[in-house]
Parts: sequence; structure tokens; C-alpha cells
Amino acid sequence: MQSTKKVKLILENGLEFEGYSFGYDQPANGEVVFSTAMVGYPETLTDPSYSGQILVSTYPILGNYGVPSDEKENGIEKFFESGKIHVKALVITDYSFNYSHWNAAKSLDEWLKEEKVPGIYGVDTRELTKTLRENGSMLGRIVPEGASADFPVENPNEENMVAKASCSEVTRYGNADKKVVLVDCGTRNSIIRWLLDNGVEVIRVPWNYNFNELEYDGLCISNGPGDPNFCTETIKNISAAMEKGKPVCGVCMGNQLLALAAGAKVFKLKYGHRGHNQPVRMANTTSCFITSQNHGYAVDMESLPSDWEPLFVNMNDNTCEGIRHKSKPFFSAQFNPQAAGVSPVTNQIFDEFFKML
Amino acid sequence: MGKISKVLLLGSGALKIGEAGEFDYSGSQALKAMREEGIETVLINPNIATVQTSEGIADKIYFLPVTPYFVEEVIKKEQPQGILLAFGGQTALNCGVELYKSGILEKYDLQVLGTPVQAIMDTEDRDLFIRKLDEIDVKTIKSHAVENIEDALQAAEDLGYPVIIRAAYALGGLGSGFCNNREELIKLAEKSFTFSPQVLVEKSLKGWKEIEFEVVRDKYDNCITVCNMENFDPLGIHTGESIVVAPCQTLTDHEINKLRSIAIRIVKHIGIVGECNVQYAFDLISEDYRVIEVNARLSRSSALASKATGYPLAFVAAKLGLGYGLFELKNSVTRNTPAMFEPALDYVVCKIPRWDLSKFQGVSREIGSSMKSVGEVMAIGRTFEETIQKGLRMIGQGAHGFTANRDIKVDDIDKALREPTDNRIFVISKAFKAGYTVDQIHDLTKIDKWFLHKLYGLILTDKELSGYEKIDDVPYELVKKAKRQGFSDFQIGRLVYKDTIDTDLYLKIVRDYRIKYNILPVVKQIDTLAAEYPAMTNYLYLTYNGTKHDIDYTDDKKSIIVLGSGAYRIGSSVEFDWCSVNALKTIQNCGWRGVMINYNPETVSTDYDMCDRLYFDELTFERVMDIYDLEKPHGVVVSVGGQIPNNLALKLDNANVPIMGTSAESIDNAEDRHRFSSMLDRLGIDQPRWKELSTMSDVYDFVDNVGFPVLVRPSYVLSGAAMNVCSNKTELEQFLQLAANVSKKHPVVVSEFIQGAKEIEFDAVAKNGEVLAYAISEHIEFAGVHSGDATIQFPPQKIYLETARRIKKIARKIAEALKISGPFNIQFLAKDNDIKVIECNLRASRSFPFVSKVLRINLIELATKVMIGEPVEAPNKSAFDLDYVGVKASQFSFSRLQKADPVLGVDMASTGEVGCIGDDSNEAILKSMLSVGYKIPKKNILMSTGSAKQKAELLSAAKTLTKNGYNIYATGGSFRYLVENNIPATQVYWPSEQGMEPQVMDMLQNGKIDMVVNIPKNLTQVELENGYKVRRASVDFNIPLITNARLASAFINAFCNIPLEKIQIKSWDEYNS
Repeated sequence: MQSTKKVKLILENGLEFEGYSFGYDQPANGEVVFSTAMVGYPETLTDPSYSGQILVSTYPILGNYGVPSDEKENGIEKFFESGKIHVKALVITDYSFNYSHWNAAKSLDEWLKEEKVPGIYGVDTRELTKTLRENGSMLGRIVPEGASADFPVENPNEENMVAKASCSEVTRYGNADKKVVLVDCGTRNSIIRWLLDNGVEVIRVPWNYNFNELEYDGLCISNGPGDPNFCTETIKNISAAMEKGKPVCGVCMGNQLLALAAGAKVFKLKYGHRGHNQPVRMANTTSCFITSQNHGYAVDMESLPSDWEPLFVNMNDNTCEGIRHKSKPFFSAQFNPQAAGVSPVTNQIFDEFFKML
Repeated sequence: MGKISKVLLLGSGALKIGEAGEFDYSGSQALKAMREEGIETVLINPNIATVQTSEGIADKIYFLPVTPYFVEEVIKKEQPQGILLAFGGQTALNCGVELYKSGILEKYDLQVLGTPVQAIMDTEDRDLFIRKLDEIDVKTIKSHAVENIEDALQAAEDLGYPVIIRAAYALGGLGSGFCNNREELIKLAEKSFTFSPQVLVEKSLKGWKEIEFEVVRDKYDNCITVCNMENFDPLGIHTGESIVVAPCQTLTDHEINKLRSIAIRIVKHIGIVGECNVQYAFDLISEDYRVIEVNARLSRSSALASKATGYPLAFVAAKLGLGYGLFELKNSVTRNTPAMFEPALDYVVCKIPRWDLSKFQGVSREIGSSMKSVGEVMAIGRTFEETIQKGLRMIGQGAHGFTANRDIKVDDIDKALREPTDNRIFVISKAFKAGYTVDQIHDLTKIDKWFLHKLYGLILTDKELSGYEKIDDVPYELVKKAKRQGFSDFQIGRLVYKDTIDTDLYLKIVRDYRIKYNILPVVKQIDTLAAEYPAMTNYLYLTYNGTKHDIDYTDDKKSIIVLGSGAYRIGSSVEFDWCSVNALKTIQNCGWRGVMINYNPETVSTDYDMCDRLYFDELTFERVMDIYDLEKPHGVVVSVGGQIPNNLALKLDNANVPIMGTSAESIDNAEDRHRFSSMLDRLGIDQPRWKELSTMSDVYDFVDNVGFPVLVRPSYVLSGAAMNVCSNKTELEQFLQLAANVSKKHPVVVSEFIQGAKEIEFDAVAKNGEVLAYAISEHIEFAGVHSGDATIQFPPQKIYLETARRIKKIARKIAEALKISGPFNIQFLAKDNDIKVIECNLRASRSFPFVSKVLRINLIELATKVMIGEPVEAPNKSAFDLDYVGVKASQFSFSRLQKADPVLGVDMASTGEVGCIGDDSNEAILKSMLSVGYKIPKKNILMSTGSAKQKAELLSAAKTLTKNGYNIYATGGSFRYLVENNIPATQVYWPSEQGMEPQVMDMLQNGKIDMVVNIPKNLTQVELENGYKVRRASVDFNIPLITNARLASAFINAFCNIPLEKIQIKSWDEYNS
């Protein structure tokens, strides 16, 4: 049962972390990032925002409740954020070879094998996290024992990851009077679910699709992986949409794209915000909440044009967590307002979006 | 909110089952928070052994009962503007609600800081609670509040059996339980109604998962969940009786977030300001849930959550009570990120309860909806296996982990799995070994299979290791795996060598192997943010699931390690936490770094701001050595944490660890009965005659020589009390049979038992064998009541000067002979100036905080200075100069221990204590007895007063009662004795005297009796049916019970001489000699 085949994670600075193989037993490469979430690996692994990344879980024990089925509801996977695993490899401390949950269909190990994603357990992920914290996110290779470490590493920050994670055609979900265009930069299913739950019809379009040709009541820009500066076409389309004045709402990368469209700048964080416990304060209020986040870039608040203002601020490092236009119905959040555990306060703000339609 | 410059904090009183050390921790944190704000604090807490009642924590301390009467008196005197109700457990909360309802808070214009009383009542009253949660469509357990038995039966019919019933407003499940049918319901409901006028009948959800969330909310409506926890044991077992794991292990993201969102909605809707706890029942096969309860105060779970996450819940809650927003407070671990966040753990913690049921005669060992455990441990690791095995060692009941333990006897494994006892986890281990599968065990226990699979993995490793005979043959990877799964060196040694070599050798062989092959644990920090941000935290644990230490070690020999007390249990409790904290403080004040090792989440010593480094880890030889090798300290203090560190002294010394103070050899010489005894002989010091014997005929010979009664201590006991007093041959034979007979392998120690002797405690500090300071205190009960259960007064009021002089002389001789440098305690027997030594411990004793606080000389500070070699001056104040008296009284928790006989004997049974100060003995006794829950009786007193001698002893007290207008009811012999002595009394009849009226049991049940004095005929615990029934009924119907003639006399004299309103309301600092 328990494999004891050794695997190494080799960082670009030469540091090596050794563990044992589970999942798919092959080399892999990508940008090594860590998440502090203590639960939710099926959702995390399928989150397109992790495209091109090797994920390190700071929580040591994974696989406990197995993996649910890929059952679909309203045309999207019910239990996942997308139709496949997006991370390139998973690094943990302890893998539960035996899972237990009424809703599980298979083990994490089986799932990783099916999706050809390698996993390593037995790694001191706390030490690895501290390394990433001190040095910033780094590229890394996963090298099974006996395999060569001599292969190139793809840097997800140097290519247009959005183009890879986005859909290829227009898809409609639901049927309602109010229609919201969702620009898919690598959207999570939960955004589609959230829109549907609020009674709108969703028109999901590829990242570079000129949605301005469509009839719609509101625009939602999704999350997505990598550097938003690659999305010049999306930014152009958003600028054009803002001219029309219909409500615009951005989520995660959507926040960055809206900011870029407004003329602000975006910079790369040292090691990003990934986890379920990021505290955010609504600017100039006493209202605070805990958010779920997954991003490596942030909007430079100083660069916001004068008709825009910060909407949310991260309370740990004071970076921008959301922006809004001072007079027009455009706003966005860097965190995931649609995550299951979101607090009612953030819901209120996003409820506004639906009222404005 | 008006300006607050002075606040009153209510403590929780004596430690009892369901309300223990966690409230010393939360109260201390709250007081610290107030002090930081420059607010003057007044504390009411009679628990003198706590850290919160020490100098420098609260500004004014009242050692008085936490009851509305005394609290009002203190309010009148102190005139505070605010009151804190959430930090003293259910005791403080209930008292606060009463003060609110009776208008006292309003009368004195007192603001309740934090959660408003209305919100508290909304959570405490089941009906209000359910209505409140219905308003926001949150599901609760279908429950019917009833006020009589008929309605209870109707409710149960409507819901369908099984049902659970519980008393409203009761501590941790008091008077609650499961009923499978009508008969069981009637029986339990009768009892519950004596605790509360309202009883709840609910549908039983036995077998569901139990999940808890700790929630914090500020007045700006910001709300966070600091920790979620999952019970290993399913619903049906009180959370205080469950193994608890944090964070949740078997729930998906969707499930966790569903429960988290509901928790936040509830807390916002109820309007909590501060901290609270939401408990859920959660279905095994869907996302269905019920809210079990909400505790609108700091709780045992919140203390656990604080330690589990590093988030100081009580401190933050206190600040929020003052009106701060979460965004205005800092995370005290990182110091630069805000307190508005939810900790991310990168480890798993496991809480395991500690029971002491073998201390009680007749108690039911089943665990269920009512709490019986007396303490708990928390283990930290990076795999579940590592964590639970650590925890099982920590509870300190002889287990080495999940496997490799001494075999336990289980007659019927199926039954033992289905009906869990305090042994349940070891029954699971046994079941696996007997071939049970995970599925089978799950079906019988309803424990989630994830946990069972993990435990089964330990059995597999056990089997693998057992396949080898020498450590050098075991593959390196297997040893490494075993260590990552939390196997101790001892376990590995035992599994490989199978008891073929001396057990001490295992430790050495495996340790040497590990060091040779570099299989060593690493030290990790608890930083609240899973390493996402840098943190300067000194809160540490060790794990084998890592490759690098989080901290750098310098070899400067500037630190001193203090070994803490481990789990609270009967005989070792908050007093040793006080000693540990004071030792740390002294070490730091003398310029050293203080390093703590302890694993009890209910303590202040495991607060990371109490020391320079806190290792929240095991107090085993293996782990202490691991830490010692890294810290390379100046030395280790073993004499302030009670018996656990004391027992390590010799082993550590053999491993060349410098022991601070008294040498390990001397400690061992005092521990070893034979060596200590021959030393006393050599010094010409008298002791009760004793012998270690290995045949019954030798036992009889010895008894013929010394005469009955004798004190018998077998070396190996199957069940029941570890020692007993036997008054005749039959008893002796019975007891020794119970004690697995007598043999060479299991000898028995028999000592002469001196009746009618005074017991005297001598607590002292010596330096190089010279006594520097001492305190002599006297038991109110005669010898025969364990010193931990006895009522103790200090300074002594009734001993001869000559006795005191002799005691000092003997103590000096012993201190000199053992070259004591540090704290020690000697227990003496005194009869007619005849002094005998019965015990000597070269460590701090239970009474150190009591005598230190009454004396106002901190004996631990002095002892610590001696141990670490700092210069000291002997205090010149003599103990006899005090013009006030301190009385320490014991708190019993018999009401929680179903079926246990509430009688006192030579084995300790109390779970806590209080210490109160009075102008004279009577006042101090009255204060302390009221503090441990006695009430001044209104009218009717039941007396059944034992042997002739004891009857005589109580005669004058009975006269006093009559004179003060009390009615005496007495059973046969006692009745006749009273009448013969011209004391009016009414006869009542024993249950065995059928057909005679009035029956004593009816009177107890109908609330006709306000106090029971029941003196068992002899000191053995095998007592007549009748006496047991009366004692048990008194406990079950919540009627004050006294079972000792001398204590009964003292209490009766006290309340007859001093009316309640004459009791002085004086703070600690007002008693100055």
C-alpha cells in the first residue's frame, strides 16, 4: 500500500526537499507556491488560478476525505472548481492512504494518477514554506528517484497563462431576463454557481472574446492564473465596456484587470496570498472579514486614477484587496466573494451588483 | 459606555469536574488585559492555589465564595464600574445572571463588559435559545423544556426513545443522561429536577459527529472563527470526555464552511461581544446538522482552542469587552498582523481527557453525556498518529502510546466497544490485535473510519517492528517511520526486544541507535499563520515530521528548564501550576532564561508569555532529554511540578543532567520507603511501625504485633483503591484478595494505623540542609483522611507549643540528613506530644501556594533562588505571629461520579480546594466551607453519627444546633443517643427498616433535609448499604453532606457562632500581621 519510492523537489536556488511519491510517478515542474488552507484540496487542485504552479500545503495532512465524484449540475462540476486538476504537482507532509467520507468516489492518490499529477508526501512543508516566504516564490522541479533532473522549467509568469486556462467557446448557463457576461480568464465554477444562485443567466466567454458585441446587463471578470499584463485584449474590451457604463464586477484577477483597464498598475507580490484566512477591511470603515484568496499579483493602490478608490485593504500587509469607481457601478475584489465560507458583509457588497443590473 | 476605571472579575472557585484550571488561565488573561489598559481590577475567587489570585495580577483579591451575597458585598465595598462574567466558567456566569435578575447590577450601576446578560440568558435557557435560533432558521435539537415528571414522560413519548435529558443552567452536563425507556427516564428526571427547576427532554442523536467552533465578535459586528475542532468520539459522549482533534479532520471544505457560516450567523444574531463556543451535531452521511449549544463565555474548549492555535482568546475577549474592535488589536504572536484573522494551523492537536475513576469506590466507569474526567492533555504533532501517541503517553496512566502497553483484560470486546469506558482507546487497540476490522469497530463505536484507519496503521507498524529481535536488524526506514508515527523509544524497544531485557535498557539502546543514525526530532513553532509571516514566537513543540528546527540554539548555558506538572488529576492540580509559574518568574527575575516543558492546556504555565521558551511537549525521559540536548541549559528544576518531574530526577541525573537544588540521590532516598525508614531510625525519629510483607502469615504476624486497624498498601492493584485501612481480619482478607493477593512479586506494605491522631503538615524551604522558612499547618480531621482531602488550618490553632517545637526539630534533622536545597514537605502524626513522621517529599507540596499566600512569603520564590544558587535571606517573620487564620477546604465532585460512595478515606478523592482567610478559625472555616458549595442550613439536619466515639464527639455540636433552633432528625442509634443526652430529635428510618415512617430516603428526596451529617461506622470503604444510600442520595439531591465528625463539629460551630452578615468582607491585603 504505502509507497516508499523517493521523490525530490528541487528549487531553482538549489535547495532540495525529499519525500515519497504518491499520485502520478513522473517528473514535473512549475512555480512553487504555498497555500495555508487547512481544508478543501479538491477545490484547490481544480482552481484554474493554480495553473502552472506546484502547490505546497502548509497543512500537513491531506487526502482524509477522499475525492468526490465529477457529477455535474447546471452544466458545471458540482464539487470542483473546474473539470480538471490545474496544479502541476502537490507537496504535503502526510498523506492519508485511507480516506473516509460518504460523498467520496475515489482517493486523492487515484485521482492524481488519473490526472497525471505527481504528489510528494513526507516533506517538511513548514521549512519549505519559510524558504518561499524568505526568498519569494521560486521555480522548481519534481524529480523521482532515478530520474534525471535535467529538464526545462516553464515559468507561468512569463507566458499568458490565462489563454491556457480560459475556455475556447461561448457557453450559456441558465435562462433569465438579466444576463451577465462572465469573462473566463480561468474561472472557478463557484463564480458561475454564485451568478446562477443570484438568478441571472450567465454568458461565459473566452478571455479575448469581444463581449461588447453581445447584449448583456452586467459584466463579471473572473479569476485566473499568472500575470494579468498578458491580457491586453481583455483589458481593451473592459475599457470599452466601461464606456457603456453597465455594471462591472471583478473577482481576483478580475480585480487586477479592472484596475489595468482603469489605468492603474499591478505588481507581483513576493509570495502571494493563498489561503482561507486573509483578513480584509472595507476601506474607511470598521467592517472587516476573513476571506479566501489565491493570487500572486496585486493592484498598486498609489497608481489608481483619481476617480477610483480602494474598496478593500488586506489587514496583514495593507495591499489592495478591491477597488471601485467613485461614481460609476464598477467595482472588484481581489478575494473570492463566492467562496462557501464568505461572511455576510461581503455578500452585501456583491448583492449590490445584482441590484444594479 | 461610560469610563471604566475599576472592574470586578468573578472567578470560578475550586476546581471541580467540568470546571477546572482553564478558568485560572482565562481569568489571568483577562486581568492581564485590564492591567494593560490601566484599569484597576478586583477579583473574587476563593481558589487560593491559582495564579490569578497571586500578587501582581489583580489589584484586589477577595478569597470569598462566588455567590450573589458575597459578590454584592464586595460591589458595595469596592464600587467598581464594570463587571466581567465570562471568565469564571459557569459559576461566574450563573452568579452574574442572578445578580442581573435580582437587580443588583442595576442598583450599583454596574456595566457588564462583553456579552450582555440578556444574550447570556438567550443561550442558557433552552426555550429562549431555540426560539432565537428559529428566528434565523438554524436547526437545533428538538427539545421540550418541562417542569415536572409527567410532562417529561409526555415529551419523550412525542419524540420517541432514546431521549437525552439535561438540567438547564447546569455545569457540563450535571444531572443529564440518556434514557432508553420510561423507567430510566423517571429515575434520571427526578435527579435532574433537584439541580434545576427546568429539565430538557431531547431526541438523542447518539452516533453523530460532534464539531465545535470558537467564535469571536466585536461590537462593530466583525466576527471570526478562531478554531474548529472535531470530537474523535461521536455524540453521546460529553465533549469533556471525548478525545478532541483540531482542526477538523474528516469534514470537507463545504461542510466546514457551512458550519462556520452558521456559527457566525448565530453569534451575530445573539449579540455576543467577546468569545463564545458553538457546538454542533453533524450527520455521518449527509450535511445535516443540529446546534447542540452555545456557550456565551470562555470555556474549556476555548482554553484548548487558545493553546491549539496560539490565539489568546481570553485576552482578546476581555479587550473586546472594553469596546475595542478586532481591527484595533494585534496578533500577539506576530505582533504586527492584526487580531482580526483566523489562525492557520500547520500541525494537528489532540486533546485527551484524564480520568481518575479508580480513586472512587463503586463508580460507574462508563463514559457518556455527563463529564467525569478530572483533567486533560494536549498533544501537538504533524501527523495524527504522532499526536495521539504523544497524547496517550501524556495522560500518565501507564500507557506508552497506542500499542506496546501492558495488556488489558477485556471480557467482552464488542460490549466494551459499544459501551465505552475510560479505557476505550485501549479497547480499540486490543480489538485490532484480536482481528477486528476498521468497519467492525466503526459499526460498534461510530468513530469515523479515518481515525480508525490511522490507528490501524499503528498496529501494522507494531507488527512490523515485532518481526525483529535487535534494533540493528530493523531497517532504518522502519525506525524512521515509527518515529514519525509517534512511537517512543520505549515502544520500539519493547516491540523489538519483547521484554527480554530490562526496560530501562530499551530507552538507552534505541536512543543510542537514533543518535547514531541521526533520527532526531525537530523543534517547530506555533505561529498562528502557518509560517506565512515571520513570527518571533517561543511557543514550541517537537516532531519527527520535519527536517529543520525553527529556532537557532546558542550554547550559552543561560537558560534553566522547569518541568511542569502534566495533566491535572486527583492529587496534582493547579497548585503545581502556581509553583511552576512562580519558579519561572523567579528564574527570569534573576537574569536567566526560563524554559517550560508542560502539556496541560488548562494551565497558565503553558502560556507562551510566561516564559522565554515553552515546549508544549511530553514530560518523559526521552523528550526531556531531546530538549535538554538542544537547550543545553544551566540546569533543570524538577521539584515544583509535583510527582511527575520528581520521578524523573534520578534518571536525568544518571544521564548527567544537572538537577537544580536537592540532589537526585536525596530525592530518591526520601522516595524509597526502606532507605527513608532506616534513615529515620538512624536519626532517632519515630514513625508508625510498618513492614513490607510477601505472605499472608507474615501479614498476620505483623498485625498481631501492632494491632488493628492497619493501613495496607499493595504494590499491585487490579481495581479499586490503591490503599485501605483494615479494622479486622475479615476486612484485611477481603481487601488483599481484591488486591490480587500477596506474593513475592507483589508484596504488600502494612503499617500501624494510629487512631485519633492529629495530622500536621510541615512545608518548608532549606538551603544546604538548613531550614530557611517553614509553615506548620494542622488538619481539622484526624489522621485517616488523605491530606489532599483534609480541611487544613494555618497557622495551627490547637497544637501544643511543645508539639510545634518537636516538629521543627525533627524537620531540621531530616533537612540536614538529606542536604535539602529547595522546597520540601513532611507530614507528621501527633498524639499527646508523640510525634511520628509519615511522609516526606523533597519537592513543593500541594499546600505551598496556600501557606505562601496566607503567610505572604512566597516559599517557591525562595526555594527557586536556593535551587538556582542565588543569594537568599531567611525571612525573619515567624509563622505564629499571624493574627488571622487561613483555612483550606476541599472540593469534591461526587455529584458527577454516578454511584461513587462520597466517603473520605486514605486515598484522595477531592478535585480541588479553596483557601479563605478569617479573623478567627470559625470565620475562616465558614468562608471556606461556603466556598466549596456548602450552605448554611435553614432548619432540618439529619444526623447518623457512626460509632459511639464519634457520637460523643458530635454531642456538643448537636447541642449547639438545638440551641440555635435547628431540628435534628436522626437514625436509630444516633436518635437514642441524642435523647439519652437530653437533646430533642425526631427519629427517621433507614431503607432497611421497611414499613416504618418517616423514611430517610423520602425526606431527602422531598427536600425536607437541609444538611446531612453521616459518619461511616468505620474507616473501611466496605460500608453498610444504608449509609451508602443516604450519602449517595444526599449528593444526588444536592444536599450538603459531611462525613467526618470533626469537620461536622467545626462547621456547625462556625455557622452557629457567626451569622452570614457578620462575615468580614476583607481583601487579601487587608490581612496584615
